[in-house]
Amino acid sequence: MSAVAMTVNGKPVTGDVDPRTLLVQFLRESLRLTGTHVGCDTSQCGACVVQVDGKAVKSCTVFAWQIEGANVLTIEGLAHPDGTLHPMQEAFRENHGLQCGYCTPGMIMTAIDIVDRKGNDLDDQTIRHELEGNICRCTGYHNIVKSIAAGAKAMGKDAGKQKST
Amino acid sequence: MYAFKFHRPTTVRQAAGLLARQEEAKLLAGGHTLIPTMKLRLAGPKHIVDMTNIEGLTDIETGARSVTIGAMTRHAVVANSAEVKEMIPALAYLAGLIGDPAVRHRGTIGGSVANNDPNADYPAACLGLGATIITNKRRILADDFFKGLFETALEPDEIITKVQFPKPNKAGYVKFPNPASRYALVGVFVSKRGSEVRVAVTGAGGNGVFRVPTFEEALKKRFGTKSLDGMTIGQEGMGSDIHGSAEYRAHLVGVLARRAVAAAVE
Repeated sequence: MSAVAMTVNGKPVTGDVDPRTLLVQFLRESLRLTGTHVGCDTSQCGACVVQVDGKAVKSCTVFAWQIEGANVLTIEGLAHPDGTLHPMQEAFRENHGLQCGYCTPGMIMTAIDIVDRKGNDLDDQTIRHELEGNICRCTGYHNIVKSIAAGAKAMGKDAGKQKST
Repeated sequence: MYAFKFHRPTTVRQAAGLLARQEEAKLLAGGHTLIPTMKLRLAGPKHIVDMTNIEGLTDIETGARSVTIGAMTRHAVVANSAEVKEMIPALAYLAGLIGDPAVRHRGTIGGSVANNDPNADYPAACLGLGATIITNKRRILADDFFKGLFETALEPDEIITKVQFPKPNKAGYVKFPNPASRYALVGVFVSKRGSEVRVAVTGAGGNGVFRVPTFEEALKKRFGTKSLDGMTIGQEGMGSDIHGSAEYRAHLVGVLARRAVAAAVE
């Protein structure tokens, strides 16, 4: 067993894990943060996407011990403590960007990463291209693309508000 | 997955020592090939030597005539590097085609080159640009480095530290990705540097990345798409699987080579 320590959603966490433990297993089974899903377990589907030090990664393809000391953000860490949804979550709700919901946490974590890298004004082509590593079997993607475009804009407004206050 | 012990050395020397001392030890770079392979029990190393904490392996250095990229540099960093875009735009473009955005945040150039997957992108860039693979022991020309499917000239305790790419006059890469895996079904990298012309093909060969001397000769006379008009390569030595027959792959080599030249001269 090996000791691991990292920050998850702003809180320091520690664990004692088998070296084989993947980050996604550590999050789900040790920390009981089950919002991050295991879809394909082969690095293809993106259901397990979380942010590690501000970058989207597939948590099924990283050992927990590899990110010792890192800052991890999962879907559970997005909403405001008072329950107000993150603008990207709200955009998925507003635009019906999900059906069964299985891929949604990964879609939202990827969407926020896209905004971080590409800005708040995203065209459909960019969004579709950037979603290459996230698979949804229900929606046909159309409403996911709409949600991300709207969420990106809302995140821009939100950031503007924070700056002005 | 089989059980293993992990090690986190902080210098290349320590890592090489671990590889030499421990039986069945494997280097872990970005882990985006090794971890999936271990999950499938196609690999079962007893010791994992993680390279993350080794300093000095993520620098991109530019000289007047070359770009040198540290082995642990992630694909996303190469794709977005102003230096690489300025010196060898085709190389930055190629890095941006690997996997998907999350994969590019983890995968590394050293890992990709050392693994020599027959469908990977970086081997085509190394061979197509005439790169030099720099290890803890020596410098190896790309022409001498890639030895077949997943095989390279690396010795068991040899570690890639950098890859040096000479700046070409012109270069282009075109990839026909497998839509599911996003690996290259076929990818062709072409470059011209002085009188030297290189055409390197990944994905198509049954024995990994290879050069196409007949195309290179034609392009030496004139570096333009017309020089390749009507030129094809034979099916011999082409890979064949459920994703594409040898005939189809051979055909794609010709088509993509012309497109790569068109991209290079643009």
